[in-house]
Amino acid sequence: MYISFNNTPAQGDPDEPTPGDEAEHAAERRPRGIRTVSSTVITLGIVSMLTDISSESVSAILPLYITGVLGLSTIAFGVLDGLYQGVSAFVRIAAGYASDRSDQPKWIAFIGYGLSAIARVGLLFATGFGALTAVITADRIGKGIRTAPRDSLITAASRPEALGTSFGVHRTLDNIGAAIGPLLAFFILLLIPDGYETIFAASLAFAVIGVAILGFFVPNTRRADAAAEARARQPRKKFDWGVVLRGPMRRVLAGAGILGLLTIGDGFVYLVLQSRSDFAAQWFPLLYVGTNVVFLACAIPMGRLADRVGRARVFVFGHVGLLAAYVVAALPVADIAATLLCLAFLGAFYAATDGVLAALAAQMTTPETRGTGIAAAQTVVAVSRLIAASGFGVLWFTLGREQSMYVVAGLLLVAVVVVAVLFRPFLSSTRGVAA
Amino acid sequence: MTNRVKWILLTVICVVALGTTAVIGAVAWQSTQDRDTAPSVVETTGAPVTGDRIMFRNTAAGAGYGHVASVPLDDPEAARSLLGVACDRLDATTDEIACLRTVRGIAPSFVALVLDPSGAEQASWPLAGIPSRTRISGDGTLVATTSFVTGHSYATVGFSTETVIRGADGSDHGNLEDFALTIEGAPFTAIDRNFWGVTFADDTVFYATAASGGRMWLVRGDLAARTLTSIAEGVECPSLSPDGTRIAFKHTASGSGSTVHWQPAILDLATGAVELLPEKRSIDDQIEWLDDDTILYGMPREATPGDSDVWSLAADGSAEPTVFLEHAWSPAVVRAAR
Repeated sequence: MYISFNNTPAQGDPDEPTPGDEAEHAAERRPRGIRTVSSTVITLGIVSMLTDISSESVSAILPLYITGVLGLSTIAFGVLDGLYQGVSAFVRIAAGYASDRSDQPKWIAFIGYGLSAIARVGLLFATGFGALTAVITADRIGKGIRTAPRDSLITAASRPEALGTSFGVHRTLDNIGAAIGPLLAFFILLLIPDGYETIFAASLAFAVIGVAILGFFVPNTRRADAAAEARARQPRKKFDWGVVLRGPMRRVLAGAGILGLLTIGDGFVYLVLQSRSDFAAQWFPLLYVGTNVVFLACAIPMGRLADRVGRARVFVFGHVGLLAAYVVAALPVADIAATLLCLAFLGAFYAATDGVLAALAAQMTTPETRGTGIAAAQTVVAVSRLIAASGFGVLWFTLGREQSMYVVAGLLLVAVVVVAVLFRPFLSSTRGVAA
Repeated sequence: MTNRVKWILLTVICVVALGTTAVIGAVAWQSTQDRDTAPSVVETTGAPVTGDRIMFRNTAAGAGYGHVASVPLDDPEAARSLLGVACDRLDATTDEIACLRTVRGIAPSFVALVLDPSGAEQASWPLAGIPSRTRISGDGTLVATTSFVTGHSYATVGFSTETVIRGADGSDHGNLEDFALTIEGAPFTAIDRNFWGVTFADDTVFYATAASGGRMWLVRGDLAARTLTSIAEGVECPSLSPDGTRIAFKHTASGSGSTVHWQPAILDLATGAVELLPEKRSIDDQIEWLDDDTILYGMPREATPGDSDVWSLAADGSAEPTVFLEHAWSPAVVRAAR
């Protein structure tokens, strides 16, 4: 794949026309059909990759650090998790809305990436559990802020018909980072038994480089029509909540919510595997890396498929992968193959739903409401999955591990059918409905 | 800013960021090498300690860091007898050592080992997560372990413990989550229940902590009936006194979550009376009884990550805590005539 830090979005950057860029502008506009993915998308993918190396390297070793080095139990840790999730969901919507209203998606995303990077500085100096908690909270808020504006930048830099592919490319790069991060951290620990400070320093280094690339090389791609509007001295189009909350977008949010309520989280799937298979128990810390690897391998093909047969269709039927993972986890086969198959299904599920949902939300909103729309869809998914996880806990203890897996799998099958019907008006559409 | 300037700036940032990381890493690597090859800062010996002794994880910098060590019970200042076996947590009797260990690697793994007094492996089984607590029953037939199951990040499953009881030969006696739990007289099946900190009364009866929804209880377990029954609230990480009449535990003095402050306390099993002990620092350990009048617990050294001391405190609260054993963690009192 051609990777470029070239400062040229698909529509050209009206802010900084430099003489050297002119020729490249012209050169890039011509072969538009050849390059399916804009360099902006690749650059954003690299920023995400570096940021994920940064955050995943730390979260992989954090439990070891807390217990082994700080001599604390991690009991307090889970308590705050729900709070983080709630805060993260709230800032996500707020950031999406701010990005739409200000028409400065790059700089809103920059604030999010920057906050996470600054939090890493804190890691180097945090010695107590309280300080550590503050650092992690800041990191999560940063993640909440950056996601939606970044996804609207990807949308703005992509041709509408290749939106799924663009998100696929971005998520692939993103997950390469998520897979490298933990391996890097454990590798450092292997070399330096108590090299936590080195990991924190590496984490900060990658975060800073990511933020720098974002600041230097990602154009602040604004709405395609913004420049024209400004020239005509017309007032900007007003932000229309109706686009997000009514019409097809309402169906998207409802469908994503219904499916999210049956997405119990890979944590539970791993726990089922681990309880039955020695292989899974031994490799428990790396199971999610396996899922990530499949995710990154499938993200582009799934994105292309979504562009061809419809994003709504791929999103809905991608949940069949999740269904398969539930069934395989619950089946009474406890060997390596079952574990690997489960990871493959989970990875395929994420590849078919994560970036595709962003593409679907972008497709169903107008440029003025894109950030908010994407944020709303992602928040609905995050919140409904949180509810699913706690609800599944009830099932787990009343019915037992395997039975509750089967119950959720059955419900998910029904939900996939119901949501497919709900999405019928735009199931195979690849063009904007509201735009 | 032209592209050329941007590229130069980015290159500078990369060099500085990665260069600093490399320097920090090199310094850390060097100091690790120095630490492992330097002689221990405490006096050590290879000769085994016989008779009543205390076994622990040696956290003195230098050779033997993290290894199992023992000193005579009546002379804890004596030269440490090092076993050449690394453990994160341990418990011991005259005949065996229960050792929980983190095995470093590209996928770190966690293992429980039963060792004979010479350190030879008798049995082992994988742990689901980071080692937290272990206890051996009085006659050495049962081993309880608690580990933190954390998944990978702070986002996935949240926090969970796994507490299992095994025979010293590795035979499986079950996960406490599968035992029938009764809280305050009623069957309890809440979603988020967690168990940790087993302390054995004998080979059938044991005590442990059960927690759910931010509350926690002392439960009395019956291994034969596979039941757990709450007998007191707010008693965390129990440790039964040698005479079997009292439980030493972590009392939540204030705060919750990351601001929690735990104070050592003693519960009288017959009367239910609780006495808080005069320790101002927060403790996070499963207390060990030195004898019927004195408790021991580990306390991390704030200035030196990875180092800690074992402190002793009168069980009736009549005296202030004092350092019992420097550079030590996870103490286990081993009495020949137990």
